[in-house]
Amino acid sequence: MDKSAVKARTNKVDLFFRGLTLLCAIAVILVMLAIGFELFRNSTLSMKEFGLRFLSDQSWNPVTSEFGALSSIYGTIVSTIIAMLIAAPMGIIIALFLTELSHPTLAKVVGGAIELLAAIPSIIFGMWGLFVLVPIMQTKVEPWLQAKLGFLPFFKGIPMGVDMLTAGIILALMILPFITAFTRDVLNMVPPVLKEAGYGAGATMWEVLKHISIPYGIRGIVGAMFIGLGRAIGETMAVTFVIGNSHKISASLFSSGNSIASTIALEFGEALNDPLFKSVLIELGLILFLITFIFQVIAQLWILQLKKHERS
Amino acid sequence: MKPSSLTLRRSVDTFIKVLSMVASLVGILFLLWILWDLAFKGFEALDINFFTRRTGPFTVPETGMANAIVGTLYITLLATIVGVPIGLLGGIFLSEFGRNHPISSAVRFFANILMGTPSILVGVFIYAVIVLPMSGFSGLAGGVALAIIMLPVITRTTEDILALVPNELRESALALGAPHWKMIVHIVFRAARAGLITGVILAIARVSGETAPLLFTAFNNSYFTYYDVEGPMKYVYDMTEPTANLTVTIFNYAMTPYEQWQKQAWAGSLLITGAILVLSVIARTFFGGGKKRRA
Repeated sequence: MDKSAVKARTNKVDLFFRGLTLLCAIAVILVMLAIGFELFRNSTLSMKEFGLRFLSDQSWNPVTSEFGALSSIYGTIVSTIIAMLIAAPMGIIIALFLTELSHPTLAKVVGGAIELLAAIPSIIFGMWGLFVLVPIMQTKVEPWLQAKLGFLPFFKGIPMGVDMLTAGIILALMILPFITAFTRDVLNMVPPVLKEAGYGAGATMWEVLKHISIPYGIRGIVGAMFIGLGRAIGETMAVTFVIGNSHKISASLFSSGNSIASTIALEFGEALNDPLFKSVLIELGLILFLITFIFQVIAQLWILQLKKHERS
Repeated sequence: MKPSSLTLRRSVDTFIKVLSMVASLVGILFLLWILWDLAFKGFEALDINFFTRRTGPFTVPETGMANAIVGTLYITLLATIVGVPIGLLGGIFLSEFGRNHPISSAVRFFANILMGTPSILVGVFIYAVIVLPMSGFSGLAGGVALAIIMLPVITRTTEDILALVPNELRESALALGAPHWKMIVHIVFRAARAGLITGVILAIARVSGETAPLLFTAFNNSYFTYYDVEGPMKYVYDMTEPTANLTVTIFNYAMTPYEQWQKQAWAGSLLITGAILVLSVIARTFFGGGKKRRA
């Protein structure tokens, strides 16, 4: 075989290899589009039956085939808001401890422990929530909240433990590691010279954080919040155990509810032989898909912009 | 800033400092609390039967999760076989061939979004494209669902790790006349080996704890699904049948009021969490970390 033939064959193998890698890279895009398409295609039956009314209807009765997504959307939003209200300030303040306050060795241990929370499967959070946290919420925390703040509509009703508040707390625990880690990275990127200037001018640590570090890293911190939010919205197993799975809307956080993901997880099995019911659940999935898709896109664009900002 | 007394500013500062310590402590306490309950309640039912017997009715005390353990291993193995090569090759494209290609930005963008897509939706998707056409739940469907969850993680990790390999290595290989593929397989991969292994192990650990995508794909089964025939096929696991797996079994057991099943659910949880934590620690310590990915 002469040299040019060897070269030609090498080129062919290279071309093939290159094409193969391109194909595998594109697979990610194809899968993403296919998920959206399939969710849409399989929910057409439900869309035809209920139309836009689906979004504003809170009825849910598989026997009479009356379905509406409102209670699921409401539950998803409320549980996510509770989770964010707890995890966002907590994550930021833990990141503050890790970057400013603690000894580097201690920071490594504490940071590692918080990150370990992210390695625990969500079903474990759910089960632990149901068997350990729910009884405590029911007998201790919620009666106490009711005694102190019972005049608020959020804390009315009989504390059952299996409710929105518990679901929000479990969700908060699950997204805490992400928010903490992300915020920690952001705070670590603040140039020391800025902080030193603050301290030099006599500012306290809190003032440096409030007036220098957070304004400097605000874009990154917002990005961290989006990531946490996206996770909380679609989290399934942990919520399914503790949210109670009832399709009603109540202002009280002590009442059970449902999220889109928990409803799909719990009711899909019953819907297998009922085409309309199944289609309804897949349309719920489509709604969840669109919500998380929008949040992820915003988060991605935000982070892309952030990187450009840093470069310039 | 409004002028305020030094005492006030100092006390606010101290308050925040204390608060941040308390918050960190609370985070760690919750972790320890969960692990403690897992260990304590899990060990109770973790006997020899748990590893050797099949799942069965809650009235029979001598049952275990052997079929679920085996099923989880096979489903995760299938996910690895499908997801890792595609992810690695995709990552190679992003890092080696198309670093600035417009398609690459789209792939990165969609990979990040796919990572943030709720895993239960992947389950519904696989139900529509594999379970319905095959007219039945199968371990195969479960494995593919997990592979999809793995795919973007592996792709992005591979790109990040390959990007750390110095360009001089690539250039020297090419200068010696090596074709691209040889350069990548023999030089770049070898240089990035530790990081790649870490990334793959972490991805495997992550998907092995997934429940939601398996609920209506792999479903569950109280039996082993080895082919029931004589000859060598007897030892081949039939992935076209509904396949028992740990996480779905834990879910099914924990949602019942039967104490026997709840105990076994704790034992199963201990096993799967322990396996994931051990895998993560092995990946981080033995293979020198690599770059961690989040979100």
